Amino acid sequence: MIDLTTLIVMILSAATPILFAALGELIAERAGVLNLGVEGMMIAGALAGFAAAHATGSPAIGFAVAAIAGAALSMIFGVLTQYLLTNQVATGLALTLFGLGLTALFGKPYEGVKAPSMAQGPLGLNWIIWLGLLAVPLIWWFLNRSRPGLILRGIGENHHAAHALGHKVRPVRLAAIAFGGAMAGIGGAYISIATVLQWTEGMTAGAGWIALALVVFSGWRAVGVLAGAWLFGGVTVLQLRLQAAGVNVPVQLLAMAPYLVTILALVLISARRGSASPGSLGQIFHTTS
Amino acid sequence: MSDNAIFRAEGLSKTYPGVKANDAISFEVRSGDIHALLGENGAGKSTLVKTIYGLVRPDEGQMWLDGQPFAPADPHAARAAGVGMVFQHFSLFDAMTVAENIALGLDHPPPRRELASRIATLSEEYGLPLNPARRIADLSAGERQRVEIIRALLGNPRLLIMDEPTSVLTPQEAEILFATLKKLAANGTSILYISHKLEEIRANCDRATILRGGRVIDSADPRAHSARELAAMMVGGEMREIDRSGRSPGAELLAVRDLTLAAQSVDGTSLKSVSLQVHTGEVLAIGGVAGNGQEELLSALSGEIPSPVGTVTLEGADLSRMGPTQRRRAGLLAAPEDRLGHAAVPGFSLTDNALLTATVRQDLAPGGMIRHGAARDFTQKVIAEFDVRTPGPDTAARALSGGNLQKFVIGREVLQAPRVLVVNQPTWGVDAGAAASIRQALLNLAAGGAGVIVISQDLDELLELGDRFCALNGGQLSDPRPVEGLSLDEIGLMLGGAHGTEVAHVDA
Repeated sequence: MIDLTTLIVMILSAATPILFAALGELIAERAGVLNLGVEGMMIAGALAGFAAAHATGSPAIGFAVAAIAGAALSMIFGVLTQYLLTNQVATGLALTLFGLGLTALFGKPYEGVKAPSMAQGPLGLNWIIWLGLLAVPLIWWFLNRSRPGLILRGIGENHHAAHALGHKVRPVRLAAIAFGGAMAGIGGAYISIATVLQWTEGMTAGAGWIALALVVFSGWRAVGVLAGAWLFGGVTVLQLRLQAAGVNVPVQLLAMAPYLVTILALVLISARRGSASPGSLGQIFHTTS
Repeated sequence: MSDNAIFRAEGLSKTYPGVKANDAISFEVRSGDIHALLGENGAGKSTLVKTIYGLVRPDEGQMWLDGQPFAPADPHAARAAGVGMVFQHFSLFDAMTVAENIALGLDHPPPRRELASRIATLSEEYGLPLNPARRIADLSAGERQRVEIIRALLGNPRLLIMDEPTSVLTPQEAEILFATLKKLAANGTSILYISHKLEEIRANCDRATILRGGRVIDSADPRAHSARELAAMMVGGEMREIDRSGRSPGAELLAVRDLTLAAQSVDGTSLKSVSLQVHTGEVLAIGGVAGNGQEELLSALSGEIPSPVGTVTLEGADLSRMGPTQRRRAGLLAAPEDRLGHAAVPGFSLTDNALLTATVRQDLAPGGMIRHGAARDFTQKVIAEFDVRTPGPDTAARALSGGNLQKFVIGREVLQAPRVLVVNQPTWGVDAGAAASIRQALLNLAAGGAGVIVISQDLDELLELGDRFCALNGGQLSDPRPVEGLSLDEIGLMLGGAHGTEVAHVDA
């Protein structure tokens, strides 16, 4: 058997990558930017973070580099969509493909290498888990109580009105995109540095897409994102235990379960509440003056 | 510069590719005046006020505010200098609360609780009741405008710019607005008031500067001129008198009998036992504040919402269960209120938009194959006969100004020779010249023997066009009365209680 503390640690750990990625995407989408490149930014963070941690022996430096790598990749998307006015859906998809391909190429030397071990924080949780948990109330406070958060929401809700009132639509959106990229990068690096402890091609395995779904089905709320991430983590741990216990269910079905259950639960929740998507989400902002 | 001028502009010019929006504009606004900026769509009013509010930088010219040179780089600078603005298309955030919307328009908003109490105080003072915690999406047009006004007033402006504020308001809401503006002016705030509603300006404004084609044509006391004279200055030529002659109502064409329809959406209105008749050569005018079943009535007539058997008949044939295409074939056509999105597809060319409604009656797609040449010819005809100003039939609908698109939308239906045409708000947000030509086209259609139903909030328009008048109120249609001899008081009684407008107390 497994004791409760260990189980909670495992669930929190499994939830952390998509929690980071989804919180980052939440900020971008509340600013009105739909970035479908989350998966690509996560995998970039996973490789860059792993490589940096391996080279320096410091997981902390690894996560810092992962954040920078995610943000750097997101800036490709940012410049294309905000200044060259490309379509956000197509550009985001391209970013994911680009990230996956780029890491497959540069990741070759790191296959089979082991990650440096991470220090334990309070209650047996490493400090990235703590950081993720702390980020939820911080982001809630930022969005709902701070003035920059109000401006960011205003820009996401109606960019024409925000512009008419003198708020800077593009710089704010660019900052939101960069934040989303950095958070996705940290989330990806958590998989390679803290969970799997090595680099494998395509190791984010769709976590970025789940993060995107979380943002939508949470109704663009930080607390909803946290609940969804925990549910995903819980089912992930459960299916791993079931696999380990040798239950007579095809392993593919079990591996599918966290994705299915998360999306199902979130669809049911959001169906009741109705959608509250930011009014300018995914729209190109263009002005002449 | 006269002593009591609060704002002065000298030689302001702004050129956009292909058009000189402002050409050496000079004028001044006196302290405590309500100053009208009058002009047709495209005369350069919006560019001018955006310049004053720091959204547009002039190519040439200077401005002074309170005697100080004034050249705002952005709206923050304009607000800091004492300029406030209320936008034509509300710059509000639907999903956010009143308080959040107001905070977004202030440069140094006070803490939440203090802001809420200041909103309450100010709205009390000016008779504009507002609840800071409500979401914009749940507010009426009049209440939304209050949010804009309170937001502008919280910045303590010396000069308040209002861009066509009454175009979305009911007459009652407009009255409340003017009471507020007069009180503001009495307290020393100057108001720059943009509109093309002449009577409104004559009744409420102290000075008027008239723009045409980006230039200042004249500066006048609007009370010293008749509406006709002002209109002539605005359009640069005499306004054509509407010709009401040549109509003689005859046999019954369209009949609606006891039509009851449940509301189609949460905030829709249900139609309650509506009956009406339209005869050949007749214009039936339906008045009332928008949101009282106007859209639902139009949808029930156009065929977007089918109704119970026997409720809608055209020359004896039952159309109740038919959709829009079948009704068009039978001769019942409609032009809905919302130009972009309902009456026209914004991203489609004019030709494609013409195809959307004219295919049946103009036989533009026999056997399912589109006759593009014929469609283009038909579109050209609409453009030519209704003076739609556009580069050509391939231009996207969204590229047209509101007035021009409205002329196209109405023209597209009129030229299909309908037996009965139903229009909702045919001249909403359309300048005087275009409105006159749209109205004349509707009258000509009736003179040719068709029946016309005009649904509108504009009483002047209804009285100008209609042979009979009835009021739609809370989904109920009053009995029709002949327009001849109908007084405004009687109309007021027919319209009954003005729905959704709180009559605020204004002390000043």
